[in-house]
Amino acid sequence: MVSLANPTRFLSLVDAIVPWLTAMVLILLGLGLYLAFFVAPPDYQQGETVRIMFVHVPSAWLAMFGYMLIAVAALGTLIWRHPLADVAAKTAAPIGATFCFIALVTGSLWGKPMWGTYWVWDARLTSMLVLFLLYLGLIALWQAIEEPGRAGRAAAILAIVGFVNVPIIHFSVEWWNTLHQPASIFRAGGPTIDPSLLTPLLVMAVGFTLLFVLLHLIAMRAEVLRRRVHALRQMHVERAAAA
Amino acid sequence: MPDLGPHAAFIWAAYGVTLVAVAALVMVIVGDDRRQRRLIAELERQGLTRRSAKTATAKAAAAKPTTSAKPKSAPAKTPPARKPKP
Repeated sequence: MVSLANPTRFLSLVDAIVPWLTAMVLILLGLGLYLAFFVAPPDYQQGETVRIMFVHVPSAWLAMFGYMLIAVAALGTLIWRHPLADVAAKTAAPIGATFCFIALVTGSLWGKPMWGTYWVWDARLTSMLVLFLLYLGLIALWQAIEEPGRAGRAAAILAIVGFVNVPIIHFSVEWWNTLHQPASIFRAGGPTIDPSLLTPLLVMAVGFTLLFVLLHLIAMRAEVLRRRVHALRQMHVERAAAA
Repeated sequence: MPDLGPHAAFIWAAYGVTLVAVAALVMVIVGDDRRQRRLIAELERQGLTRRSAKTATAKAAAAKPTTSAKPKSAPAKTPPARKPKP
């Protein structure tokens, strides 16, 4: 594990993994979409709108997963000061923000026909919006501070402070009365969803998760290379000044 | 394609937003990756490499002897000089 933290070894590992991961993502998402539209039956209460669940739920999970990843990487930045931890956190933020945006919009589009409204300021929806704003804040912080080390440390502190929102999102449907339904998959006593709807959901969830991992690895590779380009240019300028 | 009923517009909009957002994310990330790889290759063509990369190349060259440099016959081994007994 320690050797993987070496940026050069990490880059060669990413080069080897990316083609396989791309193939797996395409197969799983293709299969997931087929199951979602041609195999899954309409829900007895929600009818055809249940198909929105196959993109909404994985996106919401990944929005929280992305933030957890950033918080763990933030610990790596602050405790071990490893440059790859900072790179991992910085590159996960736009991906997590995108999935959070998808969860908010698709949830809203699911809410209108089912609840009669696109938006309510209840605990689950508001805490997800706060998560999206936290993502935007992190991205803005990384953009605002030019020196990567300083930016990484500042963002790590914000990420750890903001992590308190993740359990609030998860338990909001139990702690407060909300329009949003309670947990129906990760709950004591097992999932309450029928297997005919659960299977496509899980296939889409695995496909979306692998897509997140794939994009994150490519973004991390680009960030490592960006820092190398910056260092090489700086070295060139210093040499030219010394000559 | 199944008939998506009276709420088909909401279902298509949800999948459309997902597709557009994911496609935009993929384009930005893959585009940035390609740009950085091109820049690194350009700098390396100009002879700008990291010190660690130069050391690694030098070590690899030293560890792998070329066929032209290899002597045809192995040099005779000379026994190590014995230490005279006191």
